[in-house]
Amino acid sequence: MLAWTIYISFLGAGLLTLLPRNSAALARRLALLTALAGLAVAVAGLIRFDPAAGTRMIADVPWIPALHIRYFLAADGISVTLVLLTGLAAVAGILFSWNIEQRTKEFFAFYLALIGGVYGVFLSFDLFLLFVFYEIAIIPKYFIIAIWGSTRREYGAMKLALYSFVGSAMVLIGMIAAFVVAGHLTGHYTFDLTVLARVPFPASFQRWAFPLVFIGFGILAGLWPFHTWAPTGHVAAPTAASMLLAGVVMKLGTYGCLRVAMTLFPAGVTMWRTEIAVLAVIGIVYGAMVALVQKDFKFVIGYSSVSHMGFVLLGLVTLNQIGLDGAVLQMFSHGILAGLLFGVVGRMVYDRTHTRELADLETMNLGRALPFAAVTFVIAAVASMGLPGFSGFVAELQVLVGAWSAFPKAAIAAGVGIVIGVAYLLRAVQRAFFSDMAARPVEAAAHHPLPPISWPERIGAGLLIAASLVVGLYPQVLLNVISPGVASLLEAMRKGGAL
Amino acid sequence: MTGIFPWLILFLPLLAAAGITLFALDHRAVSARLSIGAVVISFALSVALFVHGTRGETRFNWISLSDGAASWIVDIGLRLDPLSLMMLLVVTGVGSAIHIYSYGYMHDDPGVGRYFAGLSLFTFSMLGIVLATNFLMLFIFWELVGVSSWLLIGFWFERPAAADAAKKAFLTNRVGDFGFLLGIILVWAVLGTMDFGQLQKMMAANPALIGNSTIGIAGFLIFCGAAGKSAQFPLHVWLPDAMEGPTPVSALIHAATMVAAGVYMLCRVHFMLAADALEFIAWIGGITALLAALMAIQQNDIKRILAYSTLSQLGYMVMTVGLSGVGGNPSAAMFHLTTHAFFKALLFLGAGSVILALHHEQDIWKMGGLSKKMPVTFWTFMIATLALCGVPPFSGFFSKDEILATAQRTSPALFALGVAVAGLTTFYMFRLIFVAFTGPVKSQLPDHAHESPAVITLPLVALAVPSLLAGFWGIDRFYASQFGTGEAEAATGWVAQLTAPFAHAPGAAFGGLAAVVIGFLAAFALYWNKVQDPLPAMLGVVARWLRDRFYFDELYAKLIAATQDALATLADFVDRWLIAGLFVKGTHGSVELTGRLLRLVQTGNLQTYSLMFVAGVAVLLLFMLIR
Repeated sequence: MLAWTIYISFLGAGLLTLLPRNSAALARRLALLTALAGLAVAVAGLIRFDPAAGTRMIADVPWIPALHIRYFLAADGISVTLVLLTGLAAVAGILFSWNIEQRTKEFFAFYLALIGGVYGVFLSFDLFLLFVFYEIAIIPKYFIIAIWGSTRREYGAMKLALYSFVGSAMVLIGMIAAFVVAGHLTGHYTFDLTVLARVPFPASFQRWAFPLVFIGFGILAGLWPFHTWAPTGHVAAPTAASMLLAGVVMKLGTYGCLRVAMTLFPAGVTMWRTEIAVLAVIGIVYGAMVALVQKDFKFVIGYSSVSHMGFVLLGLVTLNQIGLDGAVLQMFSHGILAGLLFGVVGRMVYDRTHTRELADLETMNLGRALPFAAVTFVIAAVASMGLPGFSGFVAELQVLVGAWSAFPKAAIAAGVGIVIGVAYLLRAVQRAFFSDMAARPVEAAAHHPLPPISWPERIGAGLLIAASLVVGLYPQVLLNVISPGVASLLEAMRKGGAL
Repeated sequence: MTGIFPWLILFLPLLAAAGITLFALDHRAVSARLSIGAVVISFALSVALFVHGTRGETRFNWISLSDGAASWIVDIGLRLDPLSLMMLLVVTGVGSAIHIYSYGYMHDDPGVGRYFAGLSLFTFSMLGIVLATNFLMLFIFWELVGVSSWLLIGFWFERPAAADAAKKAFLTNRVGDFGFLLGIILVWAVLGTMDFGQLQKMMAANPALIGNSTIGIAGFLIFCGAAGKSAQFPLHVWLPDAMEGPTPVSALIHAATMVAAGVYMLCRVHFMLAADALEFIAWIGGITALLAALMAIQQNDIKRILAYSTLSQLGYMVMTVGLSGVGGNPSAAMFHLTTHAFFKALLFLGAGSVILALHHEQDIWKMGGLSKKMPVTFWTFMIATLALCGVPPFSGFFSKDEILATAQRTSPALFALGVAVAGLTTFYMFRLIFVAFTGPVKSQLPDHAHESPAVITLPLVALAVPSLLAGFWGIDRFYASQFGTGEAEAATGWVAQLTAPFAHAPGAAFGGLAAVVIGFLAAFALYWNKVQDPLPAMLGVVARWLRDRFYFDELYAKLIAATQDALATLADFVDRWLIAGLFVKGTHGSVELTGRLLRLVQTGNLQTYSLMFVAGVAVLLLFMLIR
């Protein structure tokens, strides 16, 4: 049933292209309906998912028999969680782009195609199919940023696309190598991830194949020092695209790291995990540091994403249950919270004030002019800095606990990142919404009152806050499905020689 | 029946906070009623539990993960024992008085709804700390308390000082909490559980564990959290600035309850603090007590004087925890925490009453002669002052005496320090009384002052009662039953109770009294009927150091500028110019250069192509021949 998330999204995208011109209102509604249907399927999938039954098969038919490529969809707890995240982010993103007037139907068509690709990646258990969906997700992203973006949009879009394709090329090489080597070893050529995971690749091969694939995916996850596409890309992108970019597309990277690089090359993980942990921690602290001195509101959030994704990467290489559970939970949590932060900055603030410079925002008295935006941002900020009760706290705490047994020093350094996280978020809150300069009367704001926050924005913000709260208050709702999935991956990795 | 009481006590304030936020932000009367109603009912239920003598735990599982080697199980539970029961009474009881007072104090503020929502959120979080059954749950509410404190300090966020103070409080606390969290993880990593009950059993079953070096380190780290929340040196800088919040907030959060959470937490986990950690804790507490008392004698803002006094008294409590020794009985600290909650809340509320009467003037050198204009405020303030100074038979006398007696038994140096602080306390408090309440009027403001309305004076009177009498109620013995050490048989009768300290530890009791007398005489000599502070002229540069708080804030600002800001700027530079500039642009540039060079080759001229073709063949042939 989960496969319907993919079909519905592509169907919606196709229908949108058939709509007549000047049918913006219809296009919006159709897009929202499509995303809601996807979300409904995702929620139903979560509810009906039986953690005890292990990986659930969805579809498995030959696709290109000559190359042993199959159309093989399946889902374990990790997939189900990320599919749910995608559904939530998709609906919220559409609600936050309700005001797009320029070429509305094309925008939503690209948007839904991107969503469909993302769903596809999370559900593919055939490596080649996964790669195809992965590429499908990249292309609409380029157009969305280049056509509907803002600051230096062509530059940002091109940079993002180039980084993505370099990563893809690395993944492609690793993938083909794995296909060939596995075929030589076993005499059985396949792209089936569950089969490849059991192939005992020689250590000398894993030594170079693992970092190739891991970094290839890691680029999209904002792995330091390959992260520089992220801030510029986020800033250039329109609101919905930065929400998706930070919310789900970066998760494609970490998902690939886990599902492909780590499961296929467990011995490689063991060889390289210290290096990756170091890079992850640098990303955490460095992203937070850089966020502290940004002048552009959106850059603050962009770098904060680099920092929070560092927690996911750190959790992955802990190679223990608690750390990996934390990593997957953090993917979900950051997806929700980054979406919310970008929604406030991009839609609620930038679309009204037409500036993101903190120095300009300081003079606008936004705390009074847009109280809903201010409150939402404060909630998102405290959630993002790890306030208990929201999803981020449980996730990052689990990563820290998991990291403690694997890399105690890294755990301490990551903790420093959390402290700095408080500093940059409080700085942004204060400067953007509650600045002391805001006490001065501002003529411009008095003459042109900002448009009030619309209902789609309120609902979108409410949806994301509620999701973060539910998971934060009762994390077991997701951990119950994540844990068995992680446990079986870990089991396979141990058999394959990890640790 | 009583099983649901603890849950109601905890969640009623949260319901009030949620209800106000969602429906009643703009309705001042409704929001006040919800918030006050919740805390008063919680108080009534706490009294019922106390009278009933309920003990035990209720819990449900919150997180449960395991992978064979390690398991991570966290419950959300509520624990009722002497420690938490008495704390419940303090938080909800003092809280009720302050909630009611707030209604009068904040009546004309446009943000009343937001105020009461914050206050209720705080009450909920504080009760969570009190009732927590395990480290992680305690930490969760610990953070929530920090957030509600941030919201309330920055309540008047349009004032830059308030916004900065809120940020400073949050950040300083986060520094301490970072250590706290590491400590918690360390405890879990070594002992495999975070549950207080299980940890206590483990430590009791295996006394050698307390000597374990990792647990020793964990003790230090956990103390970091307490040092942040209870504003101990060197993390004390946020508390005086927190006075930018509304005065009832200062009374509830930054005097009576939240800042005491650190002391409470140390008593809660006292069983796992090793000897080294305890000695360290004692000295940090002693240093804080002394430094803060010194700073207090040159402050001129009525709330800041009280804030430094709070710091100093918290130092006393922390010192006592440290002095109680491994497996000892820190109930003296909890006793002082309790009496301090009464009289310090009263002092702040009295100060608030004065501030309201003087239209938000807080400089004591612009007051004077208020004792006649505001008799209720003055006399209740006086009771609280005498209690704070430790004059018998006021409550503070008994609790401070126990502290001094503990110090006398264990550490002569800290005993001397404690006595000195007692003298300083009396000195700065009577300086405040002589300047603000008696003596000549120092500006026009007090001429128009008049007594506050009943909604403000009634809570003052209500808090004056325990400030006066709490020493006779056996609170110390109740706490002591938590730590299982047999206390001496309680004296019966008022006179016997009053004379017991002098018979029990005469050195401490008479030493403390002598300090009070000396402090009072010094204050009388210097400040009786004065219109100007004579100390700066007498002490010169020393007075300036005291007034400027030994320049800790400036030092920290410089340190932060030198380290973190510089690092952040450096990181930004690296990102902008090295990674995005040199590496990425470098790759881009070299690809482009290669492209440009190769383009030169493609001339479209047939002769050039054939020349290159021949040259290529020649090179190939040469290569083959050499091989």
